[in-house]
Amino acid sequence: MYAQMIKSTGEGVKSLDEMEPQERAFQERINAGGKIEPKDWMPEGYRKNLIRQIGQHAHSEIVGQLPEGNWITRAPTLERKAILLAKVQDEAGHGLYLYCAAETLGVTRDQMTRDLLSGKMKYSSIFNYPTLTWADMGAVGWLVDGAAIMNQVPLQRTSYGPYARAMVRICKEESFHQRQGFDIMMKMANGTEAQRKMAQDALNRFWGPSLMMFGPSDAESVHSAQSMAWKIKMNSNDELRQKFVDQTAPQAEYLGLTIPDETCKFNEETGHYDFAQPDWDEFFDVLRGNGPCNTDRLEARNKAWDDGAWVREGLMAHAAKKRAAKLAAE
Amino acid sequence: MSTQNEWPLWEIFIRGQHGLSHRHVGSLHAADAEMAIKNARDVYTRRNEGVSIWVVEAAQIAASSPEEKGSLYEPSNDKVYRHPTFFDIPDEVGAM
Repeated sequence: MYAQMIKSTGEGVKSLDEMEPQERAFQERINAGGKIEPKDWMPEGYRKNLIRQIGQHAHSEIVGQLPEGNWITRAPTLERKAILLAKVQDEAGHGLYLYCAAETLGVTRDQMTRDLLSGKMKYSSIFNYPTLTWADMGAVGWLVDGAAIMNQVPLQRTSYGPYARAMVRICKEESFHQRQGFDIMMKMANGTEAQRKMAQDALNRFWGPSLMMFGPSDAESVHSAQSMAWKIKMNSNDELRQKFVDQTAPQAEYLGLTIPDETCKFNEETGHYDFAQPDWDEFFDVLRGNGPCNTDRLEARNKAWDDGAWVREGLMAHAAKKRAAKLAAE
Repeated sequence: MSTQNEWPLWEIFIRGQHGLSHRHVGSLHAADAEMAIKNARDVYTRRNEGVSIWVVEAAQIAASSPEEKGSLYEPSNDKVYRHPTFFDIPDEVGAM
């Protein structure tokens, strides 16, 4: 998902009987649907896992601005430009809500930023693909934000209070993102033959990477079992991927576009759509840094951080000066 | 990339249009209060969420601790008479 391949620090799930009283009380609170708040006691593994997961989610929102920012100056109309600008601004906000949620766990914003810029912390593989045409803005909103919503809606019920609250705000705004993407796809799919081809091409390129967003099958994973026991992961990767395909396939049909997978058909027996797994070798290769845009993305973030240093420092110096002047006047 | 110079964290409170109190909506980093208000406008009121913003430096907030939960809140558990539903008022008296 926006947070992919989060490895837990624990070694599988302990039963309540194996836990010390403090941890048992913590787990029982989660089992009962209670929330964990920043000052509450929590196992170190829970804290570390959440920092990784929320941090990776936040980084994805920030890096996710780049493929769409690519088209702001080239949007086909002023209205589309204003809409895209609003969407990209939302992504910045989402990153910010999430960084703040992670900060309540005792990590600083600067530390997380440093870990992103050095490549130590990851962001979603999807943002390492290029946005080649305007139709990609449609496909990103429709598919990428659509996939993100699948994961984020259940996370509104996650056990960590600040994370859950950030998700509530984010989900309200994501719905706008997906709908604006689908709106672009409708326009293109019903436009000229050249536009329809662009829409189909965008779907062709983004279908596989969108399926990869959910991560590889984790049915057997101890990491996922622990995260699910802690309710910081609410559904298995396969479950969410299936839900995404079930929702998206009829939408593609409505658009008159073809999902680039011959096996993608409704299965009367299962009540779900069959579909082929994406290319997992490609997925791991992109995670290792070999996607089409990994280098560009990190360079762009590093440049923004370095170029902004004098602004950050200057504003702090200005604030200190004003504070001193105010004290002197009192 | 020095951490000493990290902008401080501010907690943001927004009052909506309909006469409710300011409500905590989240936090953000800013060099000073003025900038915190400007950033809060951009981050937390993009969809008409409010008409008034308070910003408070997070370091200035004192909070109760979870360990005190029992001693602080349990005393009210056995004082059910503080709720109006504790009292049975006969139907013939009408709305009260």
